[in-house]
Amino acid sequence: MADKIIYATFDDDMVLLESAKKLTAKGVHIRDVFSPFPIHGIDPVIGIKHTRLAICGFIYGLIGLTLAVSGMYYFMIVDWPMNIGGKPNDFLYQNIPAFIPISFEFTVLLAAHGMALTFFLRNWTLPGIKPRNPYPYTTDDKFVMEIHPSDNEISTDELMSDLQSTGSIAIEER
Amino acid sequence: MHQEAAIREPLILGEKTYGQITEDVMQPVVGKANRSWWIAFGISAVMALWGIGCILYLLGTGVGTWGLNKTVGWAWDITNFVWWVGIGHAGTLISAVLLLFRQKWRMAINRSAEAMTIFAVMMAAVWPGIHMGRIWLAYFVFPLPNQFGSLWVNFNSPLLWDVFAISTYFSVSLVFWYIGLIPDFATIRDKVTQTVPKKVYSLLSFGWTGNAKAWNRFEEISLVLAGLATPLVFSVHSIVSMDFATSVIPGWHTTIFPPYFVSGAVFSGFAMVQTLLIIMRKVMHLENYITIKHIEYMNIVIIVTGSIVGVAYLTELFISWYSGVEYESYAFLNRATGPYWWSYWAMMTCNVISPQVFWFKKLRTNIMFTFFMSIIVNIGMWFERFVIIVTSLHRDYLPSSWTMFHPTYVDIGCFIGTIGIFFVLFLLFARFFPVLPLNELKTILKSSGEQYKKNSEDATQH
Repeated sequence: MADKIIYATFDDDMVLLESAKKLTAKGVHIRDVFSPFPIHGIDPVIGIKHTRLAICGFIYGLIGLTLAVSGMYYFMIVDWPMNIGGKPNDFLYQNIPAFIPISFEFTVLLAAHGMALTFFLRNWTLPGIKPRNPYPYTTDDKFVMEIHPSDNEISTDELMSDLQSTGSIAIEER
Repeated sequence: MHQEAAIREPLILGEKTYGQITEDVMQPVVGKANRSWWIAFGISAVMALWGIGCILYLLGTGVGTWGLNKTVGWAWDITNFVWWVGIGHAGTLISAVLLLFRQKWRMAINRSAEAMTIFAVMMAAVWPGIHMGRIWLAYFVFPLPNQFGSLWVNFNSPLLWDVFAISTYFSVSLVFWYIGLIPDFATIRDKVTQTVPKKVYSLLSFGWTGNAKAWNRFEEISLVLAGLATPLVFSVHSIVSMDFATSVIPGWHTTIFPPYFVSGAVFSGFAMVQTLLIIMRKVMHLENYITIKHIEYMNIVIIVTGSIVGVAYLTELFISWYSGVEYESYAFLNRATGPYWWSYWAMMTCNVISPQVFWFKKLRTNIMFTFFMSIIVNIGMWFERFVIIVTSLHRDYLPSSWTMFHPTYVDIGCFIGTIGIFFVLFLLFARFFPVLPLNELKTILKSSGEQYKKNSEDATQH
């Protein structure tokens, strides 16, 4: 019995949120929630930490900025300085105004694509990967809570009746 | 839950449930295409093929098949390039800037506006490509040492900035759009029953599961990408304008260009969104989602940006006289009264005078009139770029090189071709992709849906 999983289906996001609050107040650990759209406020209730994706984005952006500035410094000042209307380009600070547009674009380019790749890898969503939602209707109009009885001390029967009384429309153990 | 003031008009009309939204958006995807779709697709495909033929002829024979001459070295090609890039500004503006400002009305229109953006930027990129003459050397724009020796591309040139700006804008917009599409593809994947569509949509949906952590990351990446895309939108057309503004041609050498080009771009982009969505909501029965209110909001954006463009035109005119630069004042006088006076006044009428009628609420909530106006604005904005490019060039410093520009059939064919390819892509999008961000719409159903608003009003009154 220990490796069985309980899936409780709800037909409203607010009912699921209220139910999750009641259950976690009793000390029940909810593994995950599947929903067709983000349920605002569910993350702290079921103990999901806020993602650090934005920090990654910032780091990727810094890498982009560094690459762009150092690349242009090497191409235009070290390797092959060009005389363009006699404008001074002996040092980076003299030439930097003309480098600002590309530095900005490259920062955004790396930040955006780096974040997108991280997003795909961390979610493990890539072409060809099989979806892991328990029922197809969780991407349409139903909301499903996943509870592992092995995580919890209270009995499966009590869990089931608690879910039922807080508004779940269907509970399945598999 | 977020409560919205009762005075705000609902954004989703009718009695809708979460399941109903899925049904409504899926209906064109699972159903068969109707006759009007096939007619539109046929016409666009013919235009596209004609254009591709002209482009191949151009590439095979040379840029001399266009009407360019030694005085007017940029004409329809760069006009069309700037026109398409401008149209490509509405999509990311709607989905990024309006997301940051928490404008919920963006949700019904952002998906198709972004698709329009991506296709328009693709069409824009065609022009500098074929204008190069020897397109097989197009890789020269990348920072490779020249001839693989040691001379690099010129990083001080706005033309190279443009390469970076357009490619960054295109790829970031594409990623932003696709990440938003993934959960909706997953909805279709879980809903369709036929084998082949199910396979295709599972591939497209990347195995999206919709668990709580994935949604947490999804919301974060949408917000940060919106934050990154916002300055990007403004930078792209600013850099396009620098292609002109950093030169010394009278009529181009103007510091007002970046903001003036950006507002012009938003202006023309919204006009194109109106053109496409007014047809789409009718053909695909999306009147409950793309409401009159949405159309009115977009018309308000059109009037604001159109007025900014008008102020920019007048400022330019005033400064050309006030600067006391002989060549500059001649360039502007010549625009309005010279041989190309008709294009100048077409631009002025279409862009400055006619959008002002949207001050009347009756007109900006009238669908047929909005559609008509959107076409007028598209024409006007094409003429704006034509005026800036051709009328500034056709009067050289030496009167002996004064000339006119006459487009050849290849010029016209290439332009019509890009319009055809654009519509082919957009029609395919409308047929096979979820045209509304259905999962995002579900998040505002309870706060902005008509039925829910009515219910909560009734509840507060009793």
